[in-house]
Amino acid sequence: MMRVNAMGDACPIPVVKTKNAIQSLGEAGGMVETLVDNEIAVQNLMKMAQQKGYSVKSEKLGAGRFQVVMTVGPGAVEDSGLAECCIAPVSEGRNVVAAISSGTMGTGAEELGRTLLKGFLYALSQQDQLPRTILFYNGGASITCEGSASLEDLKSMEAQGVEILTCGTCLDFYGLKDQLRVGEVTNMYTIAEKLTGADLVVKP
Amino acid sequence: MEEKITFCTGGGCTAKLGAGILEHVLARLPKGPADPDLLVGYDSRDDAAVYRVSEDLAVVQTLDFFPPMVDDPYTFGRIAAANALSDIYAMGGTVKTALNIVCFPEQMDLNLLGEILRGGSEKVIEAGGTLAGGHSIADSGVKYGLSVTGLVHPDKIYPNNGGQPGDCLILTKKLGVGILCTAHRVGEAPAEAMDAAISSMTTLNKYAAGCCRAYDIHACTDVTGFGFLGHLHEMMDGRLSCHVHAGSVPVFPQALDCAGEFLLTAAGQRNRNHTGPFVRFEGVPFAMEEVLFDPQTSGGLLIALSPAEAPKLLADLKETGAPAAMVGRIEARREPEILVTNDEYKEDA
Repeated sequence: MMRVNAMGDACPIPVVKTKNAIQSLGEAGGMVETLVDNEIAVQNLMKMAQQKGYSVKSEKLGAGRFQVVMTVGPGAVEDSGLAECCIAPVSEGRNVVAAISSGTMGTGAEELGRTLLKGFLYALSQQDQLPRTILFYNGGASITCEGSASLEDLKSMEAQGVEILTCGTCLDFYGLKDQLRVGEVTNMYTIAEKLTGADLVVKP
Repeated sequence: MEEKITFCTGGGCTAKLGAGILEHVLARLPKGPADPDLLVGYDSRDDAAVYRVSEDLAVVQTLDFFPPMVDDPYTFGRIAAANALSDIYAMGGTVKTALNIVCFPEQMDLNLLGEILRGGSEKVIEAGGTLAGGHSIADSGVKYGLSVTGLVHPDKIYPNNGGQPGDCLILTKKLGVGILCTAHRVGEAPAEAMDAAISSMTTLNKYAAGCCRAYDIHACTDVTGFGFLGHLHEMMDGRLSCHVHAGSVPVFPQALDCAGEFLLTAAGQRNRNHTGPFVRFEGVPFAMEEVLFDPQTSGGLLIALSPAEAPKLLADLKETGAPAAMVGRIEARREPEILVTNDEYKEDA
């Protein structure tokens, strides 16, 4: 396996170094491992691999340390299922589930509670490690619906692989069934499964 | 002069903080009592601040500076100034005064600084403004820009969110300068492509804005760090949608080549992460997608106006030599917010 150290390099240097390494493999192909220090560089490397049809996987090795491994050449095609491998910082180790059960965060002034919850979901979207699933039920169901101030943050997390699930019974109850704007509808069986299967449940 | 400007990791508008991070911080700032004469402030995501001083006069203020994105200090000065001045034009204003903002390493050759300031000063003069002062700081890396003050009639401000369903969208400069500068930095952009990009970045939006005066402009913004799609997303204002015809969007062909070689910026990927969820691409090649997310330094104006007036404005723009084009239409709100197809724009499609 060829190793490319692109720690401390700004885009597009990690891609340029990786391309050079791939070129030096020649016809036979092989594997190239690239080390980078930021998530954006991982995403740019993944884009290249996916466009080129290389099989690829990425892993966060630690704080500010990411590994991207591409397989180039004959081996790559049969292996291409790997290309689907997530690029996102969605937690691979711990199964973190966030449960949003209300339109507000904490108890006290309602207006403040709404602002806090919006801030929480934004801050959550900026974490190095995103939760695997976010559940919305009861008063929380409105947060995934039309008019919610958090839709942008939720869509951005969904795009990075976070599963966003809203309780169907709750959407029905509040008359929001056709207002859902992000994620999927779910049922109590799945909610129970997600909550009991989590390593950590975050309830703001 | 052998010494080159020491490069930062990515100059120009690629050095901008991501939109997401910024919103987070701005949302937390304490707000004093609202001033009814502050017509455009933080609350809007507009290009510059506008303050009404009388019934028929408002002051437009903006500030922009960044690290170099080209080797030549004089060219850098011209680009940074054109970029800073652009915000005044995007608001529909005229340039009056400008102040230099300079960060410069103490041990570096002062002739380089002289060249940067000469380039900037020339652009301020071309804009019809006066350089009135400035402030400089000893710093580890070079940064340069302007704080510009302009004037506008309070009723003739171009908001960036005033678009209406049915409006035509016109873009006045080619896209792809961010990718070209980045490719140039790693020695992979052809010299003539870089020359074309520099020529575009040093062109003032003054001439395009001048053409706009004869028409009823519904919305206008300049395309900079958040890329074409990022600024278009802001223009949609959460209440509009649009259909963009990628086949008609003016781009530097070499930028497509470089994007196809994956010479991509971090800022471009941040733009994709931020704006991507609002965009659906249909049949658009990967390289074109990247150019549409590419952060622009001193990019063109993105203008929304009625389909009755748009062809006339477009003809006027082309007469000034601008590579302007009709790139799409605004529609009533729907999902996705921004639809991008690979075909060409057709009248009344």
